[in-house]
Amino acid sequence: MGDVAVAAAHAAETAARRSYGKLVAFLAARTRDVAAAEDALSAAFESALREWPASGVPASPEAWLLTAARRSMIDAARRRRTHDAAAPDLLLFADLATDDAERRAIPDDRLLLMFACAHPAIDRGVRAPLMLQTILGFDAASIASAFMVAPSTMGQRLVRAKTKIKQAGVPFRLPDADDLQERLDSVLEAIYATFTEGWSDAAGTDARRRNLAEEGIWLGRLVAALLPTEPEALGLLALMLHAQARRAARRDANGDYVPLAQQDPQAWDQVLIDEAEALLHAASTLGGVCTIGRYQLEAAVQSAHVVRRLTGQADWAAIVQLYDALAALTGSPVVALNRAIAIAEIRGAHAGLAALDELAEEPRLADYQPYWAARAGLLERAGQLSAADDAYRRAIGLEADPAVRRFLQQRRDQLPAS
Amino acid sequence: MKYMLMIYSSEAEENAMKPADIQGIMQAYGAYTEALTKAGALKEGERLRPIADATTVRVRGGKTEVLNGPYAETREQLGGYYVIDVPDLDAALSWAARCPSSSYGTIEVRPIWAM
Repeated sequence: MGDVAVAAAHAAETAARRSYGKLVAFLAARTRDVAAAEDALSAAFESALREWPASGVPASPEAWLLTAARRSMIDAARRRRTHDAAAPDLLLFADLATDDAERRAIPDDRLLLMFACAHPAIDRGVRAPLMLQTILGFDAASIASAFMVAPSTMGQRLVRAKTKIKQAGVPFRLPDADDLQERLDSVLEAIYATFTEGWSDAAGTDARRRNLAEEGIWLGRLVAALLPTEPEALGLLALMLHAQARRAARRDANGDYVPLAQQDPQAWDQVLIDEAEALLHAASTLGGVCTIGRYQLEAAVQSAHVVRRLTGQADWAAIVQLYDALAALTGSPVVALNRAIAIAEIRGAHAGLAALDELAEEPRLADYQPYWAARAGLLERAGQLSAADDAYRRAIGLEADPAVRRFLQQRRDQLPAS
Repeated sequence: MKYMLMIYSSEAEENAMKPADIQGIMQAYGAYTEALTKAGALKEGERLRPIADATTVRVRGGKTEVLNGPYAETREQLGGYYVIDVPDLDAALSWAARCPSSSYGTIEVRPIWAM
């Protein structure tokens, strides 16, 4: 490839990364046809790679791509119209073919696209994948690998969801005030699902999954920027940044697992923590319809953990209070588990075990590794060594991450003989 | 876009309702239909006779089979429908939520296949 071709390819790639979601959103919001918007854009990128080396990179690559994509979409609609009479396409032509002014400043409809992807009419499990594909341009195979689903299955789900958006008339607009809270929750939930999928690969060995945590943060930043007065949008971003700040500290130089309590605060990313704290503070001053929600509370828990970098100790009293509020809000057994752990930090292992015992009947915790690891740790501290040994064994059997398994095995091996 | 709102509810439960409650529901349906009409959304709508009056037909191997009863035995039965024309799914869903039967039955919202 010559220099010009390389520069053109580079420009196309940069434009693709920066503008893909914006252009898909713009086209899809006007036609409700996400798949057609994607097809038109990929055709536009192909023409760019063909034409830019000869003609030079245009002054506004984004506007060039949009024009090419519109042309391609209109052509496709004309072709389709011959055998598919169902065409609000005439309207579409009028909408797509006009206005230079608009072309100069392409409106950012990505938020509308996210609301469409996370619409309650769309199957919950496909909302996050759909956002990754439409906003970030991930292909179905990468998404399938990240969510550990067969590529063909993921491909089908994405196609079905896009068909539903088009055929069922899922709107591309901000929900009414009555629905906004609930709909925003499902947008945030899909973003958080993206983040946690990437987060679960703690060792960061799988490049695709590590990427997902960063992409989740990117989407979170986008929503927070587009809805700066929604406290939960800021809360989610704060939560993800807090977690991300400790990412590297979760492993030592040998790749071994380091639990939060033993992490060196110096290994945390102070810049991310500061940003998270500022967001959380901003969220708390907003008030709004829903004053405090799940994400702000969870981010506040993180915040109470990282005060350790200043005071040498996590604020366990605040953590218990926050988990009380979260438990009241969500009724989640995982929250109750974390609350029990925090209680043990304040009132001792026996009090923590008593709180854990209340959860013994909870079926969702029976196969949940952290429950057994927490139980083992508290039993060990309470001197109930044989029960601790059993609980460690159970936790080890439930863990998928080899580094965490090694850590638990060491703890088990170090139990004094009972 | 055009949508059909299919109204499913339990005939058994409805048969067990007090006359005053049934009258309340009928009044609510009157107001709902009027609201749909005034909003310019209503295309058509009918209430269906009970499933006891249903007959199903199918032709297999050239032979016409006629059966007494509905297509499938379900806990809730199709009892009526509206066809509405509204801008998008959210508008259709909010009309479905206002349908009096949505508080004790289920409304299925289906886009009409555009021909």
